[in-house]
Formats: sequence, structure tokens, C-alpha cells
Amino acid sequence: MVTLSVNGQSHAIDAEPDTPLLYVLRDDLKLHGAKYGCGLGQCGSCTVLVDGEAVLSCVTPILLLEGRQITTVEGLGTIEAPGPMQQAFIEEQAAQCGYCIPGMMMRAQALLQKDPSASDDAIRAHMEPNLCRCGTHMRIMAAIKRAGALMQTASTSTERAG
Amino acid sequence: MKLVRVLLALVAVLLIGLGGFVAYAWQPTIDPIEPSQAASFDPALVKRGAELAAIGNCAVCHTAPGGAILAGGLALPTPFGTIYATNITPDPDTGIGRWSEAAFTRAMRKGVDREGNHLYPAFPFDHFTHVTDTDNKALYAFLMTRKPIAAEAPANDLPFPLNIRMAVAGWKLLFFREGVYQPDTSKDEIWNRGAYLAEGLGHCGACHTPRNSLGAEKRGEHFAGGEAEGWSAYPINAASLAPIPWTVDSLTHYLRDGWEDVHGVARGPMAPVTANLGAVPQEDARAIATYVASVMGEPSPERKARAERLMAEPATHRPGAVVQTAGSQTVPVSATPENAGAAIYAAACSTCHDAGRPVPYGGLPLRLSTAMYGDTPANPINVILYGLPAPEGEKGPIMPGFAGVLDDDKMAALLAYMRSTFSDRPAWPDPRKLTADIRAGHEATDIRSLPTGSNAPANPSKRETAW
Repeated sequence: MVTLSVNGQSHAIDAEPDTPLLYVLRDDLKLHGAKYGCGLGQCGSCTVLVDGEAVLSCVTPILLLEGRQITTVEGLGTIEAPGPMQQAFIEEQAAQCGYCIPGMMMRAQALLQKDPSASDDAIRAHMEPNLCRCGTHMRIMAAIKRAGALMQTASTSTERAG
Repeated sequence: MKLVRVLLALVAVLLIGLGGFVAYAWQPTIDPIEPSQAASFDPALVKRGAELAAIGNCAVCHTAPGGAILAGGLALPTPFGTIYATNITPDPDTGIGRWSEAAFTRAMRKGVDREGNHLYPAFPFDHFTHVTDTDNKALYAFLMTRKPIAAEAPANDLPFPLNIRMAVAGWKLLFFREGVYQPDTSKDEIWNRGAYLAEGLGHCGACHTPRNSLGAEKRGEHFAGGEAEGWSAYPINAASLAPIPWTVDSLTHYLRDGWEDVHGVARGPMAPVTANLGAVPQEDARAIATYVASVMGEPSPERKARAERLMAEPATHRPGAVVQTAGSQTVPVSATPENAGAAIYAAACSTCHDAGRPVPYGGLPLRLSTAMYGDTPANPINVILYGLPAPEGEKGPIMPGFAGVLDDDKMAALLAYMRSTFSDRPAWPDPRKLTADIRAGHEATDIRSLPTGSNAPANPSKRETAW
């Protein structure tokens, strides 16, 4: 039994300690945002946050996660009240097939939480591990920039956590 | 009275000594040339110069991250202070555009710039002194036909008296032996070619030979292993730690492709070296491999026997299974909560490293990895935390980094397990502290990439190869 904290909620998980976090998120917790892409930590579609850092959930066994704060794309906001990252991706229509997008949002979130005004070069370097097969990169880029701007205005008006 | 006379004599001796030193240290200015004088060079000479510049790894130090090729500005942290690589494009004001070939050759041979200033040995003139006039001519042709970039390198940050360039003359007096490479007539042409390249332009010893307290390579410890930018440069002499002894063939492959079946992937400061060597004629890389393999020498019967035993172990394991201790008779370590390292290895590492998929796409079985045998775990820590980044637009080795989930305690447990399982050497001292240090200094030890447009790809896998 491993206890995981996901999107602020504590869950007792009945799974082997070497189970990848991705399986637990999707199969046990029914959080289907993080996607199974390659299963080898090479495509980024399974990216989630652990204590604010982008982590590839398909190669992360849950035995490493006791006491850590896990955030998935579901933790960034809801359909009714999307967070700034989600809002920006909707406004920029930054999805083609959309499979990579939750991973893209989570990796971008890790960067912008530290530096919402990150430069284009910093964003490109940071997003390097995440792949998009549709070629939507320019829109993803625009969405991340917009998310940064939204976060900066949001932080001055309300204290909405991203 | 006697005391005064003794003092006077002492002062006289000091003055004569100082005069002699200044006479020794003083180097004349070589007249500047008009930049246009350097205009035309034979394209074949320029091409050869490009290959030699790749072997010399020039662009790796003389290019700042994200900056123009060869325009300098890279900060080189040394134990004595920070030195900034200079602009070696032919810009007349900030580069070497006013340098004649004679001035360039003198810099390579003696470590003195056109104006007669002594250069710091961060520029490895102790190796470049071995380069022939013919090769310096080609290098000069290559550099003078690059695009001139106006870029002033930042001033060096060195304490007194090291900020006085004349002090370098004293260093040279102690440690520097000027002279073009002299072939060893008892060895064949390929060996001599390799020795010339490895000891000269290739400056292998700059990282792979340990340095003394004044930053000079220790004479009696040629290729005995050193340190570079937070990474271990493993011994490449008879003390090589590679569990599978290197051969000319395996070294040639490694040097050209940046990876090798049973030795793994080149990383850290070695990655751009292999990227560069992949861009030069194969004979040059093979010559270097021939020489280095000869310095390593014939492995001992014990090493050979160990290599045979390691190679005979089954190539594949059940993914997730904990691997039998390398070559030992002990029972496999079980993955229990008491053995956190084993549990982490089995859950996070084994799926790739024991799956039997060959390098470069599969992980190297760690019982074959030199990194498990090193004196410090600096290299495994760098790779586990930050992975092997994917090459841009090319196929190549890749490994995800685990910095986000492996805290220092878990890293220490994992490293201790890996060390005891995959090598026969004593436990690493305090891997936890080294992990914390590497994490804190990540920016400085990050893999250095050559920017696009250089004469070599940014990392060893960024190249069309046959795999």
C-alpha cells in the first residue's frame, strides 16, 4: 500500500511499489489526462508535476513518490473554470490531435510557475523532451507565451493557484 | 657591515635573476597584417584545416553557449579563477584578423599572442606545441576563412599575481617543453600519426591526465585519469577501469559515433569530442584509437578473464528482475524496503538496462559500464539526474533524467546498490553529498552543445550514421 497525494488529495493505492505512476493515475484514479505514448520516457505525453518539477510518469515507479505532491492536468483547473495554462491552450487552439497536449501543458507549467516571463529560447529548451507528431509546435509555443501572460495578470488580480 | 654586504649580494642576485627572467619571458610583438592579406587560401587547405580544427575541438571552447561559432566568450572555470575563451574569428579588432601565419604558429607553438603576451594554459599550448608547421598552416587557412564576428571576450577574472601574464612565463619555465612531435621510430606510421594527434591537437591529456596544484599535467601520470567540468575523465592508460578492455576497433567506433556496443555512450565534455571526431576522416580516428589502445596496453589475464565472464552472462534479463551481482557468487540482492537502492533499480532502471535491447537505443547492461568502476560517481550522477537529451532531428541514444523524483537520499541508495552490484570496487565515499553538489552546480556541468552551423554536430548522435 502506497499513499499518493494527487492534485491535493490523498489516495491509498493498492499496487506493487514498482508500478509506474502513469498506470496508477489512469487505471486506479481514473485521471486520464496523462497519456501513454512510448512508455520509455522518450515522448513526454505522460508528463505530470512532482513537487513542481516535470516528471515522466511512465518511467516513475510509485515507490519514489511517497510524501510528494503530484499534479496532473486535471489539477490545473476544470472545464468550467480552466486554469491560465488551459485557458491559453483553448484560446490559441493549440491542439491538433491533442494527444501530446496534457504533457505539453504540464511541462510548460513547471517552467512558468518559476518564471512566467520565460524567454522563447528558455521555453524551447525546456520543452525539448516533449514531442508533437502533428506539427502544432508554433501554436503550442504561442499558447505557452499566452499562459505566461495570463499568469502574470492573474497573480496581480487574484491569487488563483495554477 | 657583513650583514649589509650579504644583503647587497642577495639583492644583486635577485636583480640578475629577475633580469634573466624578464629576458626569458619577453616576447616580441609580431607586426599586424591588413585583413585583406589573408584573403585567398587553397580550398583543399581550408578543408584540411577544418578537419584539424575538429580534432583540436577548437569550436567547443571558443564558442559561448548560444553564441557565434569561434567568436569566444565561453567562461572556463579553473581552480585559479575564470578565464574567457577568446574570439578566433578573423575579425580585425576583436578576433585574430590582424594575425599573420607566423603569429598564429607562435601562439600554437609557444603560447604567446601576436602582441607578445603569454597565453594562459587553459589554451592547451602544452599540447599544441607538438603541431607541425604544415598543420598550423591549414588551421590558419581554416580560421582566416571563417566569417569575422565582432565580439570582445569578457576580461579574465584572475587574482594577483596570476592576472600578470608574465607569471605564465614562470609556469612555462617549470612545466612547458616546446617542440614539434618527434616520431618514435620503433613504432609504425599509424601509431605515430595517432600519438601526434592525441598528444598534440587532440590534447587528450588535458582532461585524462591528472593536474598538479599549479594546474600542470603530472608528468609521471600520463593518461591516469582526471576531471573535466564536473565529470570524471577516466584513466586511459594501463589503469583503464573499463570492465571490457578497449580495443582499436571498439575505441575507433566510440570516438567516431559517440557510443559503442559494450562500453556505452560518450557524455559530458567527451560528447562534443566524439561529435567532432565523427566529422574527420576515419583514418585519423583510427590512428588515435591505435595509439590510445597501445598506451592502455595488453589487459592483464585477470581483466581478460573478468571480461569473458561478464560477456558470457545472459544478454537479457526479465525486465524488472534484479540482476545477479556482476561475476560474484553472492545471492541476488532482493528488492525489499530495507534495500531501497535495489528496489529503485529494479523499478526504474532495469526495464531499459536489462531488456537486452542493444546500445544505442537500449540501455547498456551496467555490469559492462566503466562508470560503475570509477573513483567517483560523478558521471553516473550526471546521467541519472539529467539523462541523455534527445538529439535534434536525428536518431540517437536517449535516456530520461530522474532529477525530479530521485532526491539525494534515494540517489545515494541507488548508487550504493549499483556500485556493489555492478563492480568489484569498494563503496563510493558519500555519494549523497556529491549528488547534492552536482544538483547545485548543474548549470556549470550541463552538457555543452555546439550551436547549429558549426563544423560538427551539437552532440555525438546528431549525425547521419548507419545505425
